[in-house]
Amino acid sequence: MITVENLTKRYGNHNAVNDVSFTCEPGTVTGFLGPNGAGKSTTMRMICGLSAPTSGSATVRGVPYRRLGNPGREVGVLLDASAQHSGRTGKEILTLAALTMGIDTATVPKALDRVGLNATAGKRRVRAYSLGMRQRLGLALALLGDPAVLILDEPANGLDPEGIFWMRGLLRDYADRGGTVLLSSHLLREVEAVADRLVVIGGGKVVAQGDKAELLAQTGTLVRAADPAALLMVLERAGLTGTRTTDGGVVVPTTSDVIGRAAADAGLVLLELRPAGSGGLEQMFLTLTAGDSVKEAVR
Amino acid sequence: MTAVLQEDTLPSVRTPSGRAVGLGRLTLVELRKLADTRAGLWLLIIIALATAGTSAIQIGWADDADQNLAGFFGFALLPSAILLPVLGILSMTAEWSQRTALTTFTLVPARERVIVAKLLAGTLIAIASTVAMMVIAAAGNLLAGALGGDGGWDIPGSLIWQGMAMQILFVLMGMAFGALLLNSPLAIVLYLALPMVWGILGSTISALRDASGWLDINTTTAAMTEAGMTGGEWARVGVSAAVWVLLPLMIGIVRVLRREIS
Repeated sequence: MITVENLTKRYGNHNAVNDVSFTCEPGTVTGFLGPNGAGKSTTMRMICGLSAPTSGSATVRGVPYRRLGNPGREVGVLLDASAQHSGRTGKEILTLAALTMGIDTATVPKALDRVGLNATAGKRRVRAYSLGMRQRLGLALALLGDPAVLILDEPANGLDPEGIFWMRGLLRDYADRGGTVLLSSHLLREVEAVADRLVVIGGGKVVAQGDKAELLAQTGTLVRAADPAALLMVLERAGLTGTRTTDGGVVVPTTSDVIGRAAADAGLVLLELRPAGSGGLEQMFLTLTAGDSVKEAVR
Repeated sequence: MTAVLQEDTLPSVRTPSGRAVGLGRLTLVELRKLADTRAGLWLLIIIALATAGTSAIQIGWADDADQNLAGFFGFALLPSAILLPVLGILSMTAEWSQRTALTTFTLVPARERVIVAKLLAGTLIAIASTVAMMVIAAAGNLLAGALGGDGGWDIPGSLIWQGMAMQILFVLMGMAFGALLLNSPLAIVLYLALPMVWGILGSTISALRDASGWLDINTTTAAMTEAGMTGGEWARVGVSAAVWVLLPLMIGIVRVLRREIS
């Protein structure tokens, strides 16, 4: 269980994270979505006590992270898979963590095996690891203490499609057995496949959050017409504003019923009319966050 | 690498009890971290080889009369007095330059405990190194005795304790510089250069000569290699240590405690 309440982080005049609140319940995977520079990592660092919030608070299992006696046994954290000493072997990194947490080091080979790293990979220095292998090692490190909560920042980065599929299965199973997962990503599709809940952040603020199914249901209707210009006119006449998708369709925040009638009245030929689902969420995601990522690029 | 999900290899999701991580355990972890990287391991190997080298030089070139345990021990301390502090520096700085602070302080959010564990580990390695130097010096002395050197076993107790104290002092000074600068190359260069620059200034500028006798750590600790230090000499060591060890350590600790980790 993770509770974040009004977290704010200010660097000079810039609000990296602005009044962010959400909770992650046991048995669920929460997808933390946002473009690069939206404040995902800063929020996660504040949850893990690595960065002091300007205001607000965060607790893990009801306790501020810094007051957890032996956090490794309660929360598995993977914030940056590349933040490991390049001169240490994978096995040594897990051994150090096991010693710190007070776990039997005999569990280390099994922990490596669990994430698909064999004994040879374990003996190799991290310098020689690919990003995908580092992510696997980071996941092994996070799972090592047998925690009830997982906090993972972009864990799918660098994994091949097979690895991403494997990780989804692992996280799904972990949550189904009562674990709490907070998983960040800048790719909607990646998170959508495994998350139960979504928290969308842009420019440091939460712009949408809720049950995945609910959020997807709220995203409106995708409509595509033989004559796109005429469709836009019909929509305008009906007082509806749509967002154009990249493939010529329009996402309209209303039901298919309303659009269907309007099109029939105007004698418009529709090629497609269906709930927008994730396409609509992606559209919303892009619209809500576009301005900020442009700013980030300039900054 | 496999994409097949095997139920039985997954961890159980359970409710563990949170007992704080003990300082003893942390110190062992920090000791292990000193030697589990290539840089750390090679530093230790080089110190051992260089120390054996001092004994070889002593046997080969020193006067027969100087070939006794006290002579071997005094000379054997030199390599580790220079190189062991570098290990101490890396212990502090590698957390930041290699970014392992992220993992370290995620597992132990009480950063001051990690710093204390590092200082304890540094002290322990300095003590262990002094003991090892003694063993190497004894082996050298045994050989020298057989080869016609003095081979005397008399060594003033004060020389051993002072040597050990000097090793600890320099390792802690290295760690203090590491914590202050949090950057490996910068900390190593400044650790070696700053006291030297101060020493040169102190000996050339007459107005600084008096202050230098108290503040130049290379000068004050020279007394530690001679048996039977006086109270005055200890006071000078104490004052210079306050400036070169305690002050940077305090600022460094504040820096580590406050620093954002990313």
